[in-house]
Amino acid sequence: MTIPIIDLRGVRKTYNPGTPVAAEVLHGIDLAVSEGEFACLIGPSGSGKSTLLNLIGLLEWPSAGDYLLKGRPIAQADDDERTRARLETLGFVFQFHHLLPAFTALENVLLPGLMRYGAYTTEQRAGAVELLSAVGLGEAMHKLPGELSGGMQQRVAIARALALSPDLVLADEPTGNLDTHTADDVFALLRRFNETRRTAFLIVTHDPRLAARCDRVVELRDGTLVDDSVRGG
Amino acid sequence: MRFEWTVALRFLREGGMQTVLIVAGTTAGIAVIVFISGFLGDLQRDLIRRTLGVQPHVIVRPAEEVARPLHRAAGVTALDQVQARAQRLRSVDQWQALQAALEATPGVRAVSPVAAGPGLVARGDANRSVTITGIVPARYVAVTRLDEKIVAGALRLNPGDVVIGTDLARDLGAAVGDKVRLSTATSPGDAYQVRAIYDLGQRNLNRAYAYVTLPAAQALLNLPGGVSSVEVSIEDLFGAEEFAERLQARVPHEVESWMRANSQLRTALNNQTVMTLLVRFFLALVVAIGVASVLIVSVVQKTREIGILRAMGAPRGRILRVFLLQGALIGASGAALGSACGYALTAVMGEVLRADDGTPLFIAQFSPALYGYTVLGAVVLGLIAAVMPARRAARLDPAEAIRL
Repeated sequence: MTIPIIDLRGVRKTYNPGTPVAAEVLHGIDLAVSEGEFACLIGPSGSGKSTLLNLIGLLEWPSAGDYLLKGRPIAQADDDERTRARLETLGFVFQFHHLLPAFTALENVLLPGLMRYGAYTTEQRAGAVELLSAVGLGEAMHKLPGELSGGMQQRVAIARALALSPDLVLADEPTGNLDTHTADDVFALLRRFNETRRTAFLIVTHDPRLAARCDRVVELRDGTLVDDSVRGG
Repeated sequence: MRFEWTVALRFLREGGMQTVLIVAGTTAGIAVIVFISGFLGDLQRDLIRRTLGVQPHVIVRPAEEVARPLHRAAGVTALDQVQARAQRLRSVDQWQALQAALEATPGVRAVSPVAAGPGLVARGDANRSVTITGIVPARYVAVTRLDEKIVAGALRLNPGDVVIGTDLARDLGAAVGDKVRLSTATSPGDAYQVRAIYDLGQRNLNRAYAYVTLPAAQALLNLPGGVSSVEVSIEDLFGAEEFAERLQARVPHEVESWMRANSQLRTALNNQTVMTLLVRFFLALVVAIGVASVLIVSVVQKTREIGILRAMGAPRGRILRVFLLQGALIGASGAALGSACGYALTAVMGEVLRADDGTPLFIAQFSPALYGYTVLGAVVLGLIAAVMPARRAARLDPAEAIRL
């Protein structure tokens, strides 16, 4: 059996611990995602989806429980170690695309490589151009994010998340502010990268139509996993 | 560092007008600092030169004669009243050896022996008291630059020649080529031909000295072979007092620096130096506060971007460096532009501000050291100003920053 990319065991998250307004939002989550999986995380607003995604993305610290990233315990690692793990293992796609407005589409995709290797190499450039062409932006790669439509910006964000070939891409409502048609395109793109690159995806979505197209659906309700079903595939 | 440079430059470019304004402010502040630093030294040197006239940096005179009371022995009653000695004109003992020793001393630019004493100058019915000053012209001009003050004739002294000031010449009605009579209490004197006329810019100084050759003065003042003082010009104008103290410890004569002889001038100059230092310090402080406030605003504006960079895998140290670099870049560009503006300002003011004789008060000099230190100082200043904003940026919680 291969080691899962992420392996959460009894993870809890309490905000403002030790104060009268302490609130536990995650009550012992067990969740593992392995290579090549295409999973959706659904649940009503306030169920703790974003908190869980931030915990998995190492942007927040769990209050209790264990978190193994590719078999390595990371729950209590310091900020620098977690940052390095993010750079090497994870990719992020946010709802509001979050591109850097001062950098062109191509430069946005090149940034993770610059961060990791300290230079723009020819290979990276070629890889970034290839990724942008794959998301259908071969023509628009020298434009600034402000000159692109919402759907195009989200496609740049996806290309950027994949730039360093991460093991797992975490997507927080990646189609949340796109129209249905564009949302379908973007979702299809994620699916294609999952199939061609074996990259695992964990996608938070509200849209039952999109959830139905995932291999695995994890449902979170009031801070507890209530359903974890694997379909067909 | 490539990542940090790329992001810092992009952030500054994105800042647009904000960046232009803070660089302009830094430029203005640094231009004034460069201007003040550049001309203050020149201005003070000029002021000193004009005020001192023909006073040397350091002067060596014979020690004053002191009346010693009789030795008081047990059982002897002595009269207690001691009268101060009258100071007769005496020569500096072994001045040739002193002159040679001074010339060999590091930091000494020129040494000039002078025989000076009271005398009378007369022409027709007019007579005036003057200080008859015997000089070796080549040595004397090296110490006092008297040659630059000559307004008529030429400073070339032969035996029988005299050089006087403009106001004295007017009092006597004498012009170059005319004869005047010099006499002293010990010598009936002789006729001397006015060879040149000087103007030191002060009326009383222009009446004070009648320059003759050293042997002529020695004869007039009854100082055969002797000199009344040895005057010294040194490299470091403001080190004169220290130099005088060191020399005093070595020679049995009285040594005095221009700083002691003109202590009020020196105090005024010191106050001026302290004031300008304060002005420069506060200008630097204002620049630093400006840079810091702009960067703090920038951190707030870029919270989301910082959050994305952190999520993508930029560690705190890199975010810190991105903002420190922005501070340093603002400082460096402000310093480069400010140095250029400061130099231009010095050149313009050098043309505008002139002494009443029309000569410039200071000359704009291109001093690489000044500009080098300015740029270095501004970079450090920018870095210091950026410390607080940069720490703030580095401490941002990425999860919170992205949610915004």
